[in-house]
Amino acid sequence: MTARPVAAPRLGPRRRRRVVRGVQYVVLIAVVVTLALRADWAAIQQSFFNPAVAREGLPELFTVALANTIVYTVTGYALGFALGLPLALMRLSSVPPYRWIARGYVEVFRGLPALVIFLLIGTGLPIAFPGFALPGGVYGSVALALALVSAAYMAETFRAGLQAVPKGQLEAARSLGMPQSRAMISIVIPQAVRIVIPPLTNELVLLFKDSSLVFILGVTASQVELAKFGNDLASSTANPTPIIMAGATYLLITIPLGYLARRLEARQGKGR
Amino acid sequence: MSEATTSPGGAGHAVEIRALHKSFGDHKVLKGIDFTVEPGQVVCVIGPSGSGKSTLLRCVNLLEEPTSGQVFVDGVELTHPDVDIDAARRRIGMVFQQFNLFPHLTALRNVTIAQERVLKRGRREAERIARDLLDRVGLGERGDAYPAQLSGGQQQRVAIARALAMDPALMLFDEPTSALDPELVGDVLAVMRKLAEDGMTMLVVTHEMGFAREVADRVVFMDDGVIVEDGPPEQVIGSPRRDRTRTFLRRVLHPEG
Repeated sequence: MTARPVAAPRLGPRRRRRVVRGVQYVVLIAVVVTLALRADWAAIQQSFFNPAVAREGLPELFTVALANTIVYTVTGYALGFALGLPLALMRLSSVPPYRWIARGYVEVFRGLPALVIFLLIGTGLPIAFPGFALPGGVYGSVALALALVSAAYMAETFRAGLQAVPKGQLEAARSLGMPQSRAMISIVIPQAVRIVIPPLTNELVLLFKDSSLVFILGVTASQVELAKFGNDLASSTANPTPIIMAGATYLLITIPLGYLARRLEARQGKGR
Repeated sequence: MSEATTSPGGAGHAVEIRALHKSFGDHKVLKGIDFTVEPGQVVCVIGPSGSGKSTLLRCVNLLEEPTSGQVFVDGVELTHPDVDIDAARRRIGMVFQQFNLFPHLTALRNVTIAQERVLKRGRREAERIARDLLDRVGLGERGDAYPAQLSGGQQQRVAIARALAMDPALMLFDEPTSALDPELVGDVLAVMRKLAEDGMTMLVVTHEMGFAREVADRVVFMDDGVIVEDGPPEQVIGSPRRDRTRTFLRRVLHPEG
């Protein structure tokens, strides 16, 4: 507030705040009212919230689509975990080639869209290794693709977690005569895993959504996951309601998981 | 001290250090340390911060790799390239300024884990030993507590029990009471005093002049990476010969003046 000459009578700061807030409300209400008046509510209800169409998708929405989505996500996540932790350890290795490999992996797979990785698995793998089939068929391919994506992110998360364990922990373990590997397994890694639980929960949410890319690999009706299920049903019924249903089902999982991640994070912040 | 350097393998001494140098980059922290600790002796290392006393202690179990020189513990040369450092460290207990208890394990588990994983003792035997040791440091009831549930003084006593569980021949203490609230220092020092009375060989970096005077067989005063004075406490603390020692002691004992 510099003292500059004002022609009109100045508003006090509190009055001015009130006016600004009032304008914001007016704009908001204007937008909402305009949209509400212009929208065709009957058509919206008919297309997006159509109970007859919705009934057609039940119970397969949950018993097939959601179940498959969970299977894809969990296997991809478990495999990504199993790949990401060694990558993180390699990233921190004292042997330079290990560091380079891990670094290269993380850079490449974090830099690629998940869609491209799915395409490579779907079309590239059979060309590169003819006759080779992943165990579990489509399930194996999906697990591999999701694992390749998530391992890169998890490796970085694990690395941060490992580096967050105070150096004194390793020193104390080594002072007790534990070899480096034993000290890592018994002392450092368990603490690092605790530190990375919240970010890893977020990674689970991301992977859950990325599982929608499974359609690239060409799945049968029994292998279908949420997004494809919604899309297919929307095509066959000529009504987008199933897409809304699929979206709502994603939120049913992702919102509580995100909430859980934030809770874990908050609790950890308090504990330390 | 000079005769000792002629002996082949530091035999007879609990600790023998010869011509020890340690640099961090261009910074020379230890500039030629020679000294010995005899079995059963309690040696306190005092000196201003940055004098290299903690680095010296950390060189004794090779947490810091010496730049040059030799370290013998119990006749074993730790600086020898073929040494099994893990086996050697089992015989050397270490107590840290920041305790470094394992926060994800209970007090009891802190004391048993290395017994089981390193000494291959059975769970039951390890727990019996751990309970005895926790009793000895006055925490027999707190075995199920996690470190975060214990006071600093209690944590440090668990850390001492953890080190003792390996049956060490030598205990290293790196400013064990410096991170403690003043009212908690006494319990830790009492445990250390009892340990000294039981005949444990101890090398203690400390600022506790009272403890050094009463418990130590020898006091070593370090400054600027060298040992300035080494002798019985009544001499080094009581009537120091060197100016540097006198200046340091005046500051520590009479901080107001």
